[in-house]
Amino acid sequence: MASSSYSNPPCAACKFLRRKCLPDCVFAPYFPPEEPQKFANVHKIFGASNVSKLLNEVLPHQREDAVNSLAYEAEARMKDPVYGCVGAISVLQRQVIRLQKELDATNADLMRHACNEMASNTALPGTNPGQNYSGSPRGSSRYSENNPGYYYPSNYNPWSGGPSGDHDQGGGSSV
Amino acid sequence: MASSSTSPCAACKFLRRKCQPECVFAPYFPPDQPQKFANVHKVFGASNVTKLLNELHPHQREDAVNSLAYEADMRLRDPVYGCVGVISLLQHQLRQLQMDLTCAKSELSKYQSLGLAAGHGLIAAAAAATHNHPQNLGINLLGSAATRDHHHYHHQFFPRDHQHQMIRGFDAGANYDAGLLAMNVSASIGQLGQFHQPRAATGDDRRNIDPS
Repeated sequence: MASSSYSNPPCAACKFLRRKCLPDCVFAPYFPPEEPQKFANVHKIFGASNVSKLLNEVLPHQREDAVNSLAYEAEARMKDPVYGCVGAISVLQRQVIRLQKELDATNADLMRHACNEMASNTALPGTNPGQNYSGSPRGSSRYSENNPGYYYPSNYNPWSGGPSGDHDQGGGSSV
Repeated sequence: MASSSTSPCAACKFLRRKCQPECVFAPYFPPDQPQKFANVHKVFGASNVTKLLNELHPHQREDAVNSLAYEADMRLRDPVYGCVGVISLLQHQLRQLQMDLTCAKSELSKYQSLGLAAGHGLIAAAAAATHNHPQNLGINLLGSAATRDHHHYHHQFFPRDHQHQMIRGFDAGANYDAGLLAMNVSASIGQLGQFHQPRAATGDDRRNIDPS
């Protein structure tokens, strides 16, 4: 009986593209045959050739993460064709701002209590006010609406001379 | 009279083709923003964008193009994680804020209950004192509590600086925990405010995306 060389099943990409899955297939490590939808989504949104180019531009140890993030974005875009994963970013950003405001308000209450303590301590002899109060809160409004710390989609407009809004720490400079 | 020809849109200019009046790209890729289409084309491809736009209502297309442009820009800045890096960072920020808020509220409740107790203590001390220093008794009652809680208060009260560094790290595209966290993201799109908590970033601990 002629021995037939053992052939691995084609990866999900080659199965989708109906082509022979070669040993050096760039997709094979990241698109296993048991996850056909993953490649189908990525192909629909990004296209096989774009994904291939992208994978070739990143280091081999980064490719799995790159594929998984592409798959995530593709799935998000399939579920929400208008906003994709940018919708999630927008929601999260609003939550961050809301929580930051709440934290600022709570910190303000704490400061008031601390100031009251200082006032009552300094009014009486033999005390050290500095012992009880450490100063004004630093960075309490780190994640404000004008300073989200990164690109905020609704304010982001790099096409007209740079991002609008205030992006200082993490938003505006190029990589 | 020769008909005036309008400038081709950025897409047709990039693709080196005649910009027809019914060009699907023209309303969203003005000629003064060439980089926008260049990025979108590089990441998604013109034909994929065309198909996407054709599946949407006309009033949705501008938002769709802008979100695609954003995603493309993020992907080009961070080829490994793209927008997912931003999501991961935001989730991390939310967790930090939630912890800080919980601690701050806990401190606040201590102050509030301490204030009540101290008030009683001062009154009691003032009423009982004859030869000693009643005011010092009151001060000690407040001061000791505040001193005891000072370091804890300070630590819990202010946001941590490392978070600031992480935001810088994201923009620099350098190694950062958010990148590893991104691969543990299993957020369900559409479930507002219910993003899963990524596990500690180990690089090997990854979740599959939940296609819910």
